[in-house]
This record gives sequence, C-alpha cells and structure tokens, in this order.
Amino acid sequence: MSSTTSLTGLQMAAAPAKDQATARALGRRRRAVDGIVRWACIGSTIIGLIFLASILATLIYRGFGALDLTVLTREFEPTTYGDPDAIRGGLFHAIVGSLIQTAIATVVGTPIGLLVGTYLAEYARGSKLGEAIRFVSDVLLSAPSILIGLFIYQMVVLPMGGFSGLAGSLALAIIVIPVVVRTTEDMLTLIPNTLREAVVGLGAPKWKMITLVTWRAALSGIVTGVLLAFARITGETAPLLLTSFGNSVTSWDLGRSMASLPIAIYQQANSGFPDLVDIAWAGALLVTLGVLSINVIARVLLRKRK
Amino acid sequence: MQQSATSSVPRASGAAGDKIFEWLCRGAGLLVLALLGAIILTLFIGGLPAFREFGVSFLWSTDWNPVEGRESYGAAVAVLGTVITAILAILIAVPAAFGIAFYLTELAPEWIRGPVGTAIELLAAIPSIIFGMWGLFILVPIIQNYIQLPFGEVLGAIPVIGVIFESNNFAGTSLFAAAVVLAIMILPFIAATMRDVFLTVPAVYKESAYGLGCTRWEVMNKVVIPYTRVSVVGGIMLGLGRALGETMAVTFVIGNANRIATSIFDPSTTIASVVAMEFPESLMGSLKQSSLLALGFLLFVISFIVLATSRWLLRSRLK
Repeated sequence: MSSTTSLTGLQMAAAPAKDQATARALGRRRRAVDGIVRWACIGSTIIGLIFLASILATLIYRGFGALDLTVLTREFEPTTYGDPDAIRGGLFHAIVGSLIQTAIATVVGTPIGLLVGTYLAEYARGSKLGEAIRFVSDVLLSAPSILIGLFIYQMVVLPMGGFSGLAGSLALAIIVIPVVVRTTEDMLTLIPNTLREAVVGLGAPKWKMITLVTWRAALSGIVTGVLLAFARITGETAPLLLTSFGNSVTSWDLGRSMASLPIAIYQQANSGFPDLVDIAWAGALLVTLGVLSINVIARVLLRKRK
Repeated sequence: MQQSATSSVPRASGAAGDKIFEWLCRGAGLLVLALLGAIILTLFIGGLPAFREFGVSFLWSTDWNPVEGRESYGAAVAVLGTVITAILAILIAVPAAFGIAFYLTELAPEWIRGPVGTAIELLAAIPSIIFGMWGLFILVPIIQNYIQLPFGEVLGAIPVIGVIFESNNFAGTSLFAAAVVLAIMILPFIAATMRDVFLTVPAVYKESAYGLGCTRWEVMNKVVIPYTRVSVVGGIMLGLGRALGETMAVTFVIGNANRIATSIFDPSTTIASVVAMEFPESLMGSLKQSSLLALGFLLFVISFIVLATSRWLLRSRLK
C-alpha cells in the first residue's frame, strides 16, 4: 500500500507541505505500527490455538493411556495404587448415570424450549411479552449453572429428603431449555414468510402451518440446537454436585443419588491417587470426545442448511 | 366422516386447535419467565435465615466459622475472590480476544478464517471440568515455576504494591491461576462476539478508509472500533458474566481457602466454588446452608446485572 499519499497527504494539505522527509518518516511509522499490531493479532490467535491444542494433547496423552475395556465396563473401586494384582475400577456406573440423566433432561427440556422458541418466532414478534421472555431466556443461557443446582436442591432435593437422579435430570433440563429456545427462534425466523402465506392461503390453521410446515422446514436447525444442548449438559458438573451428587455403584433408580461422568471425574481427579487420576483422565477424554464430536456434527448439519 | 355437516365443523376444530397451540406456546414462554422468578425467590428465601442472623454485615464480614455454637458466616471473602478473578480474567482475555477477532475479520487470508474460527469456537465447547483438570495438572505448575516465583521476586520488591505479587504459597493454586483459566474459557466467547459485531460494519466505510490509504490498523482503530464500540463492551460484559459464575474450573485451581488473599498468588475462593465445595456436605436446613444460599443469591444479583447490561449493549447489533 502506498501510504505516503494518504492521511499524510491530508495533513500536508492542511499544513503547507514542508518536506518529503517528514512525510516518509510518518509513513514508515504508520506501517511499523500496522506491522506490530498485525503480528500481535497473529500471536494472540496462535496462543488461543495453542491452548486448544494443549488441552486436546493432554487429554489424548493421559486419557488414551488409561482408557481400556476395564474403565468402560467396571464400576468404581477404591484405589489399587501399589498393588498390581488388585482389580481396577472403572466408570461404567458414571457412564450409565450420565446417559440416563442427560437423556431425561433432553426429553423434558426440548419440547418446552421448542414451544418457547416457536412462540417467540411465530406469535410474539415485536410484542412486549415476547421481548421479556427472550430476555429472560438469554439471561438463563448465561446464568451460573451452579445456581440452577441450588434452585433444584431447594425445590426437589429438600422435599424428597435426599439427592436423586430425578433432581439431576431436572437441573439439566433447565439448562437445555434456553439453548433450544435460541436456536429454534433463530431457525424459524429464517423461514421466508411467503412459505407461511402459501400454507395459510391453502386454508390451513396456523398450528398446522407451524407443526407441519415451518417446523419441518427448520428441522435440521432445530436438531442442531438439541444436539448443542445435549453437548452442553454432557459436561455440566456444578448443578449435578448439588442434585444427583454422585454414586459409586450403578444405579437405575431415579429416586436415589446417581453417578455421572463429570462428577466421577471431579472426585477421582481430586483423590490424590495416581491410578484414580488416570481413570479421571480417561473419563475426561470420553466426555470431551463426545462433546466435541456432537458439536462437529451439529456444525455439519447447520452448514448443509446454508 | 361428517361430510354432510356444514363446513363449520372442521373450521371450528381448526380454530380450537389454534387457540390450544398458541396457549401451549405462550404457556411455555410464561414458564420460562416463572422459572427465573422462582430461582431468584428460592435463593432469597433460602438465604433469609442467614440475612436475618447476620444482618447487612453479612456483606462485608470475612468470617467463615462452621464450629458449632460459634457459627459465623460472611460473604466478603467469596465476593472479593469472585470479583478479582473475573476482572483479572477480563484484563487477560480482552486484548487476546480482540487480536483474534481482528485477525479473523481483517487480516487472515480467506482459507484460514473458517478453520481457525471453528477451532476457537470448539474451545468454547470444552466442558469447564476439563479446563479445571488441565489447569490443575498442566497450568498450575507452569504458573508456579515460571510466573509466581520470578514475578514474586522482581515485582515483590516494589514498595507498597509489591505485596500483591509476593507469596509463599507452595501449592500453586491461586487467584491468579483461576484468573488465567477463566481467561482461556471466556476468550472464545468474547472473540466470537467481537468478530460478529466487527462483521456488521458496512463494507463501504472500511473501503472508504482503505481508499484514503489507511493501514488495516488505522481502519480498525478509526473506523471499526468507533462504529462497534458499544457492542464490543457488550461482548466483554458477556464474558464477565460467564467468568463471575464459572464453578468447576475455578474450584480446581483456586485453592479454596476461606481467607482474604493479600497476594494474587495466594489461594482464595469464589462464591461459585465455595458453594460447590461446601454445600453438598452441609446439613439440610443449617445456618451454613442458608449462608451459602444467601451467597448464591448475591451471585445471581451480580451476574443478572452484568448479563442484562451486556444484552442491552448488544441489542442493536445482535438481535
């Protein structure tokens, strides 16, 4: 870029042009500043990528070393450190608990989120109530998840008299709702109005227009939202600590405390025993692989749409 | 079936269906409103015994004494820890996030933008507990050996403010470690918001500036930033809101000590991590539990204000 003719030129027009040397020096300075900022930006991008790479590398290095069939099929066992003959424990109980709770949370949260998103996109465009609901949903989207844990503790755990898988599922369901609301609304607003007019023009009632046409047209987007919500709750730890609490054996009973992968990782990573920490790394690798692959799938789905 | 009946029958059912469906949707929306109200109310009611017992001094008391008969709880340590870690995290994350957003919108070649943008977004998808583990096992030793010790020696010699950098903490878990982990976690959120608002600047403005011979930094500094200033602040507030309430990652690396830290390299605690550490093991209905709920209420108020401000600032750019 020939910068000597630019701003400098303007300034020189304002103040009578004195000499070319000043102009050239100014141009050099501007280009130098530009170069420094550019390298600083490239540097910060590289640093961001290094963090991602470091996390993934650590997970793969420590996680794959510890990941085997025992981890996937056995329940928690106390540490076997220093005793090579003892039977090692695993994460089967946590995997089962996580699947149960995330599945229930998704099944409970998705329809509510879908209806709210539909309300915002199809009924409440520009209305005061819609504005309020959108605002509250966005606040819930970023609200500290541990507070949702406290809320469910007061509402479910206290009356039931103890931690339970049900409480955990409900806490996760509350986290699912705003994620689904956001994507559903975004996707429905993208549907052209001509499509709606065509359906209504055929004499179909509005609810049929929404359920049979606009939902279907936005299906891949809505599924993306559900997948993202599922990925988000797969890694949620804090609310589960206060609701389903964790369990060292496999439990299918929603009325009692239930294990989950994030809680198992948390407890074993902080146990101080190297063999349990290894199991925690294996669990961390499982959770991260799951979450990242769901995210990638969601992205591919969304790209197909566009 | 009822071919002979007037057409009003299917029409009526359609109208009824419409009413039912609309109210179903509206009801779900109202449920979300009620949910937020219920959360605030529950936390407040749960914290009421603590507020009653300690009065307003709960806010600035640094006590945390669970010994029976001498129970006394205060919010100051946790609130201070929350605010310090979040602000430090913002100070670290914002310049880096700006760099990434600038790079992705103006500097990077087209073929790099997609993959790098996706990678940064994937960083946002990693669960916080993973950040916590990685922070504890990888980052904390690095911070302790290469930042805490040299910085403590050099900056600790400065009179008055030197205290902030001086610490004889051997565990390595500290306010600073928590701030760094938080910074990495909120980096992708701030960067993505900044990138999105930078992209809303009309190309004509930028082209005019380039046409005058501006360098890319001058276009960024004189055109893009003034045009998007309010939204950029909104994006930063969004990151702040997330940093305030982050739980697991912080719990791993902050050391969980219920005392005021004099140095950023000392262990301390935050509201979210003190709740995560102590709530599950506190007795149902105890004063301690009520104090933790009161802390939760405070956290909710703080993050609600920050998140609401963020949304208000972002309202014009990102609907």
